[in-house]
Amino acid sequence: MSAYQSFKSLSRAMYLGFRRDRSALFFTVLFPLMFLVIFGGIFSGQSTPKVEVLKIGQAPVLEQALAQGGDELGKVLTVTAASDRADALRQVAKGDVAGAVEQRGDRLVVHYSAADQVTAGTVRGLMNSIIQAANQAATGQPPAYTLAIQQVEDDSLKAIQFFTPGLLGWALASAAVFGASQTLVTWRTKGLLRRLQLSPAPIPTVFAARVAVSLAIALVQFALFVLVARLPMFGLQLEGAWWMAIPLLTAGVLAFLSIGMLVGAWAKTQETANAVTQLIVLPMAFLGGSFFPLDQAPGWMQTMSHIFPLRYLNEGMLNVMSRGLGPGSVLPQIGILLGVAVAGSLIAVRLFRWEAH
Amino acid sequence: MAQTIEVTGLRKRYGDVRAVDGVTFAVEEGEFFGILGPNGAGKTTALEIIEGLREADEGQVSVLGMSPWPRNPGLLPRIGVQLQSSSFFERLTAREQLRTFGSLYGVPAGKSDAMLELVGLDGKADVPVEKLSGGQAQRLSIACALVHDPEIVFLDEPTAALDPQARRNLWDVLREISTGGRTVVLTTHYMDEAEILCDRVAIMDAGRILRLGPPAVLVRGLDAPARISVASGVLTAEDARLLPGADETGDDGVSLTISTRDPSAVVAAMAAKDALDGVQIRGATLEDVFLEVTGREYRA
Ligand SMILES: Nc1ncnc2c1ncn2[C@@H]1O[C@H](COP(=O)(O)OP(=O)(O)O)[C@@H](O)[C@H]1O
Ligand SMILES: [Mg+2]
Repeated sequence: MSAYQSFKSLSRAMYLGFRRDRSALFFTVLFPLMFLVIFGGIFSGQSTPKVEVLKIGQAPVLEQALAQGGDELGKVLTVTAASDRADALRQVAKGDVAGAVEQRGDRLVVHYSAADQVTAGTVRGLMNSIIQAANQAATGQPPAYTLAIQQVEDDSLKAIQFFTPGLLGWALASAAVFGASQTLVTWRTKGLLRRLQLSPAPIPTVFAARVAVSLAIALVQFALFVLVARLPMFGLQLEGAWWMAIPLLTAGVLAFLSIGMLVGAWAKTQETANAVTQLIVLPMAFLGGSFFPLDQAPGWMQTMSHIFPLRYLNEGMLNVMSRGLGPGSVLPQIGILLGVAVAGSLIAVRLFRWEAH
Repeated sequence: MAQTIEVTGLRKRYGDVRAVDGVTFAVEEGEFFGILGPNGAGKTTALEIIEGLREADEGQVSVLGMSPWPRNPGLLPRIGVQLQSSSFFERLTAREQLRTFGSLYGVPAGKSDAMLELVGLDGKADVPVEKLSGGQAQRLSIACALVHDPEIVFLDEPTAALDPQARRNLWDVLREISTGGRTVVLTTHYMDEAEILCDRVAIMDAGRILRLGPPAVLVRGLDAPARISVASGVLTAEDARLLPGADETGDDGVSLTISTRDPSAVVAAMAAKDALDGVQIRGATLEDVFLEVTGREYRA
């Protein structure tokens, strides 16, 4: 009859109910994971591709440029010596390499294929700039202008670095909102809430059990997402303060549970609760930065995103898991999410009804 | 004997509906008490006030010497409740269901499992509640109400929506649970059920209790005629009318029915004529009581 005993068995009942609900499992765990696999797969080659070039015979200009250009050039260009000229040209024609280069006296000849315009442009531009640099160096004067190039995303932010926290945020939000609203509506319409009222179990244990089960589900989602994203084919790199994602997602789950309680307290039937949950979660995921980076979105969308609690969870997880910000950086997000949790719960308590009349 | 439940002047309104309109009764310890009435009579409302689920507008309720409202954690472990809608945890098996309810009362798993046998569900222990038949679900629901061995059990229409066979099977369970000094309070809209199971019955209609007493006493108090029937053709209607004590007769082609206030004289005369083939004697029932007090046919 102890509160702990009640808490334990109610949690167990809720957990079993969730685990045996195929569609809930699918939509809150498998479905978002599928998105991760698909998005991670599609966009995995999105960071600037390296240009591969074959060198036919000796090409001193190129070798010199590589030696002087150091890391910078090495990052975008690989040069391999070709075994013979015919084979090199065939590889260019097939698109296996971006181009083939040979030096004839003072001329650097670049063979490229017009089949892939982008690659062709890249290799021509690259070779052109190498020649320009060599010409400039031959004058013995320091360059009058220099160009520094920087990609907007730092280069660790590959697609998977963005999609893991984003899609995880979506999964966490839908599981928590759905879990709370469904429990509340079904338990009320089936009369289970009233039946529990007639048992000596302290009423707060019912809610504590729901929170505990949702947190456990959230941790499993987190572990699954990180494990899948870290598979060699996706290659997620976790930054130092990644563990701060755990207190952050705890705050997030509390916020989404309170939203779910609100829906569950208000909705009269399971179907309504379901529909309203989708109407809340999906737009929130879109506009809260789960499916595309908000910094690439139009201004109005970025402004609007601030009303969605999921935005703060996504942003915080992205910061500590992928962007390498320090552990303290997510405190504002945690604060906002806890605030949402408190406000949501207060309203839900006011709307709460024991029975379905 | 101790009064386990005492209800005095209970009233509850919903808007213009007087769901319970001045109800007074007491239930003794160990009694099987029935509240009988058609749908909308106010049975559930009265029961839920006594259980402590609802607040009465007026009147007093005492259960085991305590007030059930507001929620009284001292009383709850001593009562068991089956609500009108069977309330289960989704997707749990019968055994898990019972164990979960049991653990809310601190009942060990082994004892919860034993309840399955009591209600004849030991073969269904691993079946999810969604797959139980109506009768099985009601049994499980009753087992959940009994899992902590309460002193009083409240059952709200446990046999509603069951087929006749399932109802009869459930009656055996209900008789079983009322043994051992346990008090049972049952609501039903089936007259026969109240008559067969209950020590005392309160007949309720439109929020009021119309009659209260042991079913046999209520029926006897009616002074209604008995009906004796035999197979058609055993006796002609004219002969039947001439039997000593016979009031009215009728033959529908299947049975010949004689109503009488002196059944023993009629039967003795029929026996003398060797005309007792397929004889059935039916006294008045609670339905006749209902008809008399309300002036209308009983319709659940
Ligand atoms: N929660 C409620 N809100 C409004 N009316 C109700 C409510 N519960 C019961 N009633 C009304 O009160 C009357 C008695 O209902 P109830 O106690 O359920 O009867 P019974 O259990 O005998 O069928 C009915 O007219 C019913 O419509
Ligand atoms: Mg009822």
